[in-house]
Amino acid sequence: MAKQVTAQTIRTAKEQSLQNARRRRIENVSSALRRDKLAIVSIVLLLVIIVVSLLAPLLPLHPNANDVANMLSGPTKEHILGTDELGRDYLARVIYGGRVSLLVGFLAMLASCFIGILVGTVAGFMGGIVDAVLMRIVDVLSSIPWLILVTVVSLFLSRGIRSIILVIGLFTWMSTARLVRAETLSIKERDFIQYAKFNGVSTWKNIFFHVIPSALPTIIIVATTSMADAIMTESALSFLGLGLVPPNSSWGSLLQRAQSHLSSSIHMAIVPGVLIIITVFAFNKLGNLLRIYVEPRISDGEKG
Amino acid sequence: MSERLLTLRDLHTTFALHRDRVEAVRGVDLHVDSGEILAVVGESGSGKSVTMKSVMGILPENAQVSAEEMRFDGRDLLTLGEEERRKMRGREMAMIFQDPMTALNPVKRIGAHMTEVIVRHKRVSGDEARRLAVAALGKVGIPSPEDRMRQYPHEFSGGMRQRVMIAMALCCSPKLLIADEPTTALDVTIQAQILELLKELREKEGMSIILITHDLGVVASLADRISVMYGGRIMEDGLVDEIFYHPCHPYTRALLRAIPKPSAGGRERLVAIPGMAPSLLNPPPGCPFQARCGFSCEKCGAEMPAFRQYGATQQAMCVFSDAELDQMNERKGAVGRE
Amino acid sequence: MSDSILLQAQDLQKHFPVKNFFGAVTNVVKAVDGVSFDIRRGETFGLVGESGCGKSTLGRTLIRMWDPTGGRIVFNGEDITDLKGRELLDIHRKMQIIFQDPYTALDPHQNVQEILSEPLKVHTRMSPAEMDDYIVEMLGKVGLEPDALCKYAYEFSGGQRQRIGIARALAVKPEFIMCDEPISALDVSIQAQVVNMLEDLQAEFGLTYLFVAHDLSMVRHISNRIGVMYLGRLVEIAECGDLYDNPLHPYTQALLSAIPLADPKLARTATRKGIEGDLPSPMNIPSGCRFRTRCPYAREECAAAQPELEERAPGHFVACWRKQAFHPD
Repeated sequence: MAKQVTAQTIRTAKEQSLQNARRRRIENVSSALRRDKLAIVSIVLLLVIIVVSLLAPLLPLHPNANDVANMLSGPTKEHILGTDELGRDYLARVIYGGRVSLLVGFLAMLASCFIGILVGTVAGFMGGIVDAVLMRIVDVLSSIPWLILVTVVSLFLSRGIRSIILVIGLFTWMSTARLVRAETLSIKERDFIQYAKFNGVSTWKNIFFHVIPSALPTIIIVATTSMADAIMTESALSFLGLGLVPPNSSWGSLLQRAQSHLSSSIHMAIVPGVLIIITVFAFNKLGNLLRIYVEPRISDGEKG
Repeated sequence: MSERLLTLRDLHTTFALHRDRVEAVRGVDLHVDSGEILAVVGESGSGKSVTMKSVMGILPENAQVSAEEMRFDGRDLLTLGEEERRKMRGREMAMIFQDPMTALNPVKRIGAHMTEVIVRHKRVSGDEARRLAVAALGKVGIPSPEDRMRQYPHEFSGGMRQRVMIAMALCCSPKLLIADEPTTALDVTIQAQILELLKELREKEGMSIILITHDLGVVASLADRISVMYGGRIMEDGLVDEIFYHPCHPYTRALLRAIPKPSAGGRERLVAIPGMAPSLLNPPPGCPFQARCGFSCEKCGAEMPAFRQYGATQQAMCVFSDAELDQMNERKGAVGRE
Repeated sequence: MSDSILLQAQDLQKHFPVKNFFGAVTNVVKAVDGVSFDIRRGETFGLVGESGCGKSTLGRTLIRMWDPTGGRIVFNGEDITDLKGRELLDIHRKMQIIFQDPYTALDPHQNVQEILSEPLKVHTRMSPAEMDDYIVEMLGKVGLEPDALCKYAYEFSGGQRQRIGIARALAVKPEFIMCDEPISALDVSIQAQVVNMLEDLQAEFGLTYLFVAHDLSMVRHISNRIGVMYLGRLVEIAECGDLYDNPLHPYTQALLSAIPLADPKLARTATRKGIEGDLPSPMNIPSGCRFRTRCPYAREECAAAQPELEERAPGHFVACWRKQAFHPD
């Protein structure tokens, strides 16, 4: 019967098509990887960092064990990375610091991107008064010195990781919104979106199914950048005393504290610093690969 | 009195793409005499652009070019060093492209564009270069060229920009101008102006022109000779009248039937060529047009047919002669009338 | 092809404000500046003109993809200029569009089934199964296999994408299709395929087309009547044969003589009525007849007032001051 034939044909064609699509995307990603040795190295390192951070509670580490007699010692057999100014094992502190940095970076990025994408797509797509109002809010929030905003807000919040994530998320979404809005403005003019609007497809469906998939490459890059920013921002906050409560620490706060010991124990600055660099770099590379995976292959200028 | 300017024999250009090889040009022979206009006609994927870029030497790194002979103005291009090649480009051989907007730097004045090219190829002073630039702009019909030298590309219309590109190409009086779809992006009245200009330049400067296009109308007004390309090979070449009035290759014939005829009022049904252009990833061994040809047979697909000569100037690469094609046509009664 | 009028534009205007940095309106681009004409049921009306003449804008305004700044649109006897909401949506079902660029006309993130079912979901009440069957049928009409359903746009060539776009427009059973340069971006041999298909579909479904194009030889092939636009206004309307045999407006004459003829003997003997100079900016339209700055016959009086379309011969309209009392050229 015609209907059965159609259903069967569709099912097999669908599977075939999905397989093809997935294979093609993986090919794109792997060929991009192959050409970029640095990306492979950094991503592998990142995976190591993440795994170690996740497994930290299972490892024999004592980040908070004071041992003032042994303070600021260099690398020894007992303490591979030496000790800090309170004699605590630096390797343990760095690993536990990584947990905080990664967690804060990731969640803050999620919060910031969520708000930014929402505001950016709605403002860009709807235009008119909605766009004007939203962008003025963005302008106002961007123009208030960030530190003052954060300080005032944190008076009302208790210190800790949750507050940092909230604060970073609420006050760094503006640049994401601007970028996403710009992307939306150009996507909006494309014929297939004009056609969807023409046919009465609702604004939300348009944004979710048409605009965001097309804006995904930009969004991914923005997300990875904002994760890097979040890690940096958190360390600034911790330094100002608005962030973590000691003895908890993050890479950023370790870095800050290492400033006063640069002449004697430079490893205290180098280790968290290098780890931040590797993480941020690897996330950027990952973001790039994700972008390549997501983008359907469009050959331009092809005719016939 | 014309002499052979460019000779190309058995050109092969292949691109290495990830794990695959794309054979864009698969054995192309071409020649241009001085003062002659050759049109290279083909659709996308035919290899016409790649052929000329191979001659100019401006292909990306993953391209491999090989030929039995590639001679320009008596010099062997295959053995020429990169430095010599670079000097030749622009000074003796120039190329203009379809979209002038992308070829021009939007933050640089037109005058700067032109003087840069001139100074690079002719060791002259800045003032002399400016004078030459103004002269070139005047030659291509841009009014008040001294004023326009100070303007930016976006202040020019599409047609004007293309004229600027031609002026830049002409600065150093090249012997050969390669124009890659120069008027495709232009309106029809502007296109007419540019084509007039090219004709004038051939007359006044004795310049040879290779015109790459898919527009048969443009070809009919401008070209002396035509080479029809498909799937990386030349299907047919000959004088312009020969190709239009006595095409001997099924592809040429099909192409002419797929466009509205200006003489017949242009309303009779177009005869479309079924199917699509072949993939150049793993091209079939035989004639590239075989899959879409109304007259193909097993011999066509098995191996590349040889060229058949029709008179001194026309040849077609086909298993069948034009007489055989006419016969088969009548027997079929199918595909349109000549 | 009947004589009843399907779509009528009455002094239609579409202006775009140009804003400066502060958002204040400094200038106006008059893309469509007073266009009146009708399209008869079942015909193909060709709309030609060069870039910047406003033909695309006119087409999109006619189908109410964009709202007109002035004038009225009458579809099937009904004034649709101010319709909104559900009523406007109904009109959009009857007036569809095919786009020029096959690469931006389809969402690269959707497969064919999603692309075609999106308008169907809005305009009809079919069940998913019915929809799938119907889509397969539509794809067949444009020469595509059912396995195309699950493929993404990038898996198809330009010509095939155009077919998908045509199937998409056809699926909601429109009466009128605005073809916005549907073949300009295609190879010559594929153009013929698509043009033939459009003609066949027109015969099968009784469609009316507005065919916007700049390829004058293709327009001549497919149209019944043709309108020539210049800087936002129609300067000439005529039956196809009439226009090409006897163009009356100087712009039309220049346009037609500029077409490169695909026939070397004709090309050699053709006389070119060139026009010099460039198009004036649509923000700075010349007073009176807007073509006068490039017209070989222009006189002082042409700057005084805008000429309107007048019937100079049966069915042949021209907007020109020539042949008037003061302009016996």
